[in-house]
Amino acid sequence: LGHDIHFHDKKIALLEAGPRKEYYQMPDSYSNRVSSISPGSATLLRSCGAWDHVCSLRFKPFRRMQVWDACSEAMIVFEKDDLDDMGYIVENDVIMSALTKQLDAVADRVEVLYRSRAVGYTWPLPSHSCDTSPWVQVELADGRRLQTKLLIGADGHNSVVRKKAEIKNVEHQYDQSAVVATLHLSEATDNNVAWQRFLPTGPIALLPLSDTASSLVWSTSHDHASELLTMDEESFVDSINSAFWSNINHSDFIDTAGAMFRSAISLLKPSGSAVRQLPPSVAKVDPESRAMFPLGMGHATEYVQHRVALIGDAAHRVHPLAGQGVNLGFGDIACLAHHLSAAAFNGSDLGSLKHLLKFETERQRHNVSLIAATDMLKRLYSTTLTPLVLLRTWGLQATNALPPVK
Amino acid sequence: QLSLFRFTVKRPLSTSHSSVDSKEVKKFQLLAHKWWDEEGEYAALHSMNDIRVPFIRDTLLSMTSNYHLGNPLSGIKILDVGCGGGLLSEPLGRLGASVTGIDPVEDNIRIADRHKSFDPVLAKRIQYKSSSLEEIVEESMETFDVIVASEVVEHVADLEMFIKCCSQVLKPEGSLFITTINKTQLSYVLGIVVAEKIMGIVPEGTHEWEKFVPPEELEHVLESNGFSVKTVNGMLYNPLLGSWGWMESTSLNYAVHAVKSGARGRSHPTDAPSETDIQQRSATAGTA
Repeated sequence: LGHDIHFHDKKIALLEAGPRKEYYQMPDSYSNRVSSISPGSATLLRSCGAWDHVCSLRFKPFRRMQVWDACSEAMIVFEKDDLDDMGYIVENDVIMSALTKQLDAVADRVEVLYRSRAVGYTWPLPSHSCDTSPWVQVELADGRRLQTKLLIGADGHNSVVRKKAEIKNVEHQYDQSAVVATLHLSEATDNNVAWQRFLPTGPIALLPLSDTASSLVWSTSHDHASELLTMDEESFVDSINSAFWSNINHSDFIDTAGAMFRSAISLLKPSGSAVRQLPPSVAKVDPESRAMFPLGMGHATEYVQHRVALIGDAAHRVHPLAGQGVNLGFGDIACLAHHLSAAAFNGSDLGSLKHLLKFETERQRHNVSLIAATDMLKRLYSTTLTPLVLLRTWGLQATNALPPVK
Repeated sequence: QLSLFRFTVKRPLSTSHSSVDSKEVKKFQLLAHKWWDEEGEYAALHSMNDIRVPFIRDTLLSMTSNYHLGNPLSGIKILDVGCGGGLLSEPLGRLGASVTGIDPVEDNIRIADRHKSFDPVLAKRIQYKSSSLEEIVEESMETFDVIVASEVVEHVADLEMFIKCCSQVLKPEGSLFITTINKTQLSYVLGIVVAEKIMGIVPEGTHEWEKFVPPEELEHVLESNGFSVKTVNGMLYNPLLGSWGWMESTSLNYAVHAVKSGARGRSHPTDAPSETDIQQRSATAGTA
């Protein structure tokens, strides 16, 4: 918004709980919190000049994504026809640093209050007939008071803005935690493929960081996650390699059924099945890089109210299996910024429900199906029950063969 | 046959000859507190901003090469005649214009003043005054770059005098924007019967079909008072979506952009139109 021409005269305040994060050069070791940035999100970051900073710090493009089942041979490969980048693996710190730089560039319009916290909100009545201010009043921990025409809640899945605005949230805690770590590969490779295997306990993913390093995101039961965190480094590395390479969950029945289906497909569509590749093997884990956090799913029943809008995890929370969480948030931003820009150019009151509802409708339509699909995939792949394995095996194989469905 | 003759009720000429109709004043007084309820009685006027503000903004931008997209109407002095609660003044003020809003209903001005007071930027950019157009003519000769008279001319008692006064307070080559309702059988059915009595889109009694103004008549009055009509566009309200759009036909609502001629100081004496003039205009009105 600070870089939008129609916001030239507007004033924006950003309340950030954390400290200012700016890097001129990245440390040698990689951070264990990374995100898979879609091309669309990269475009958004490019539009405000942040992507250039990302490129000058560090990031890893990937060209292919291979997703496969632990219980069968079924797999699906995603790649662009023209061998373009499918996405980028970027450390969260890098994105933060890039955004900090671009915020500095519009400091006359955007004031960032680091290490700040809102302790109270006063909401306006919709059609005020009394003499109180029609704007949202925000009280900060340091006693300062701010008032605003539009409050945007981007405060994560435990959003206080959402709670105080009394917006109902449909939420569900998965009995899973994600384990993250920075891994070093056995040997250098192009490393431009993102790997994900669905184990019955949850998906394990290897995201490329460089020719020799990858980031781990392993969603599994809380107990197993704790185990993974406390076991010695060697056992940890063994578990990872075994998770990707072992066929212990295969059954003859499924293997045969899968093979039959695959031959059928190759008769109908010769190019429709590909050979399953194996991910690189892991040699070492970065000490201190192991961490875990619980997983859940959530969706706010409303994204907007008079003078309030929710974006990102405050509005919706998904399982990391699709690598979409942050991209949904960036999509929210692009949409809200578009509607606010048009509203500003029309001289509208920025907190007016009329354009906020347009944002809500557009994003809910997009997000709900993706969140539901992700949730369904999570449930579908959490079982070893033969009928469901068969269903998802054939489903995955068929999807891999049919470009439109893919 | 709704009407063959348009009975232009003219008040006897006096020093306080006014284009303000006192019956109209009373009507709006009753609803003054409803202006800023976006989903209330004035919802249709709120959503009209979605087309009338871009119309005004883009027309003005197209007439100049020196503007900033972040403050498109900066430096432009606008008079919002019949501003009501300030529904149109505020967006114009936000776009950078210096706006003077006038309205004969004191309660409207009070509401407008209070609403703008909470916004420090608008409080400085907009000035409201309870007044009729005639009353400010003397102190505001050729003062404004733009006059906006949106949903007003169908409420005035004397259209000719109203347009004359607009011309007097407008700078040469200044712009006049008018939105109003055509006087047709369709506008009676949809604009009065459906809009007021059936669907409640407009508070009942707001409009009198007799006072609706056909675009041909408006154009005639404008042209004969030193204006050059540049644009006439039909407008349509979609009650299901609650939104306005442009349309070819001007048989219902329409918007006009006219420009005052550049020659300075041409003032027309207030002459009463001749009998033949009245009948000629009525004839066209009846067959519209």
